[in-house]
Amino acid sequence: MSSIPVNHPARTVEWHLPSKRRVGMTSLIVGESAIFTIFVVAYVFYMGKSLTGPTPAQVLEVPTLATICLLSSSFTIWRAEKAIEDDRMGSFTVWLGATITLAAVFLANTALEWKKLIYHDGLTISTNLFGTTFYSLVGLHATHVVVGLFLLTSTFIFSLLGWVDSRQSERFGVIALYWHFVDAVWIVVFTVVYLIGR
Amino acid sequence: MSDYPLPVSHVVDPSTSASERSTLLEKLHGWVVTVDHKRLGILYILYSTFFLLVAGAEALMIRVQLAYPHAHVLSAQVYNRFFTMHGTTMVFLVGMPFLFGFANYIVPLQIGARDMAFPRLNAFSFWMTAFGGFLLYYSFLGGAGLYGVGNAPDVGWFAYAPLTSRSFSPGHATDYWALALIVSGFGTLGTAINIVATVISMRCKGMTLMRMPLFTWLLLVVSMLTLVTITPLTAAQFMLLIDRYLGGHFFDTQAGGSSLIWIHFFWIFGHPEVYVLVLPAFAIANEIIPVFCRKAIFGYPAMVTASVAIMFVSLSVWAHHMFTVGMTSVSNAFFTLSTMLVGVPTGIKIFNWIATLWGGRIRFTTPMLFCIGFLFQFLIAGLTGIMLSVSPWDWQLHNSYFVIAHFHYVLVGAIVFCIFAGIYYWYPKATGRLMNETLGKWHFWLFAIGFHITFDTMHFLGLLGMPRSIYTYQPDRGWNFLNLVVSVGGMIQGVAVLIFAYNFLVSYWRGEVASDDPWDAWTLEWTTSSPPPVYNFEEEPEVHSRRPLWDLKHPDDPDWDYES
Repeated sequence: MSSIPVNHPARTVEWHLPSKRRVGMTSLIVGESAIFTIFVVAYVFYMGKSLTGPTPAQVLEVPTLATICLLSSSFTIWRAEKAIEDDRMGSFTVWLGATITLAAVFLANTALEWKKLIYHDGLTISTNLFGTTFYSLVGLHATHVVVGLFLLTSTFIFSLLGWVDSRQSERFGVIALYWHFVDAVWIVVFTVVYLIGR
Repeated sequence: MSDYPLPVSHVVDPSTSASERSTLLEKLHGWVVTVDHKRLGILYILYSTFFLLVAGAEALMIRVQLAYPHAHVLSAQVYNRFFTMHGTTMVFLVGMPFLFGFANYIVPLQIGARDMAFPRLNAFSFWMTAFGGFLLYYSFLGGAGLYGVGNAPDVGWFAYAPLTSRSFSPGHATDYWALALIVSGFGTLGTAINIVATVISMRCKGMTLMRMPLFTWLLLVVSMLTLVTITPLTAAQFMLLIDRYLGGHFFDTQAGGSSLIWIHFFWIFGHPEVYVLVLPAFAIANEIIPVFCRKAIFGYPAMVTASVAIMFVSLSVWAHHMFTVGMTSVSNAFFTLSTMLVGVPTGIKIFNWIATLWGGRIRFTTPMLFCIGFLFQFLIAGLTGIMLSVSPWDWQLHNSYFVIAHFHYVLVGAIVFCIFAGIYYWYPKATGRLMNETLGKWHFWLFAIGFHITFDTMHFLGLLGMPRSIYTYQPDRGWNFLNLVVSVGGMIQGVAVLIFAYNFLVSYWRGEVASDDPWDAWTLEWTTSSPPPVYNFEEEPEVHSRRPLWDLKHPDDPDWDYES
């Protein structure tokens, strides 16, 4: 095995590259954004085109509590990020726990909303175009919340076991980046489904 | 071939004696569990070469059926399955894996890295892609579900609604098609993420963005484009499955849904996909043309800019596939103009390649021959593309053989030619042996002649009004002779590809042993041994210009004196 050494001792260079994990997650977010865009476009395209009821105005309620919970979880995870960077692990665990609680409240709220829509209002994914597009778009977002919750909860358990410290701050930053994305998507979904579409 | 003595350091590889002792089973196991970018690259290339032969055989069956009027070589159902499988396979199981195979193998070597940014994600992506191909072809056995015989999807590669609905496509053939594309789509997304992260974050010391080899630059552009190209298809396939399994109404016109929106979603994926496939072809030409005419590439910054411009413009041209669907004049005008606009950066590239050739000492080896063929054919493909972008012209010729001829000029004349060029060029790096040059020239000339007999003639069939995807035709339409010519050309290409396959296999054992730098090239992959060791480079390279190996061979006249 051989290779030709390529270097020029006379010429030196300063060299700094961005974190591959952040670049990777950013790329994933770009790709995911395209998926969400297609579902949002389908939702907007089919707004008011259902041939039968129920309509959004009849059955949808604005999920204020869930929205406040999810948006404030962006703040708590940012605090957790700061804490892990400074190696304040107690504070990190508390802020992470708060984030998980807020996300869980959001998901529980979605579950209750869907239960009401299915059992009380008789709206399923096959009822009409509103049902098809609503459950797909909100469900796609909720799936992302579930994935995020899985990542956060695993980190939380590892943190309780004492396996996490400031050396993992970059990795945790990547999870936080994903979580901020899930929050940002909710702002779009909320605006389209509950503000414009209702 | 190199006249320049190079400093080479020799290190004993401790793994040699161990690998000699390993059994066949252990070797195979090693390939299955590998996370090495070079092995995964080779797996991708072997996988797509296999499917190239399969989908090529399907194309030949289509051509046998169309060789004469009123033929019944295939049944109409089998014919529909074959053109669906041919299209789907060529795009998703041949084109994409080929480009990722080259990217996997070459990009880390060209940027002086140890491996890809995420080696395990890389392996995962490959096996997802492989599983997607398996799912698609399993439909031949299991397409009708657990009862009865199987059948393959027969909805065409763009699968327009409502043909894909439960009522028109019973059984599971369409589901296998959708699932195969979702699964391989995840693999594609994973690899695209990996390439972006590798190129941005793994470059060796001194390799600034404007010193990257153009191959790597274009693969970065392609991967960024793939991120937003393959995902809309995945989203649309999920919608299709929701319609088919959960009773959704996305594409169900009976419940107010729209079949038009599928066409939009499909081509929002489908058109940028063409650029995802053709930019790697450009990338290969960018490496081969300068090396075989002994000149640095002409207009490097213009090439980079043109590639990035193509990436952005290609996202706004999709509805030129939809002029006959019936759009407003504003939409028709917009998509006509945006499509013509793509011709500008593409034209810049063609001029730059010609300027690179100008005054060069051209060596007509097999890789170079394929690249020259590519230049001619891609120019014609681009010109018929401009013709089709004019919406009134498209109204006449949409879904005719003229369109088939146009896009096969791109997919075969440009992409497959460059893929062959790339295989002949990098084969010695990956295997340590050169492919046979005589067989290579036979391959090139037979393939080029067969290509032109087939696809030049198809243009005229289209102008005479022959529509695509028809099972057979009446003898009085005036298409008989031309169809026979097209089919004969197809057979010649088939023979050429068989010569290639033979050469590809036999050269592995009998090929002339290659040096580390058999083409006297300039990029980093040629500084390491052929085949490269697992760790790629003994010490991390450091570059100061776009052609680090030139600087090493010509210390008196390094490139950094000329690049600002």
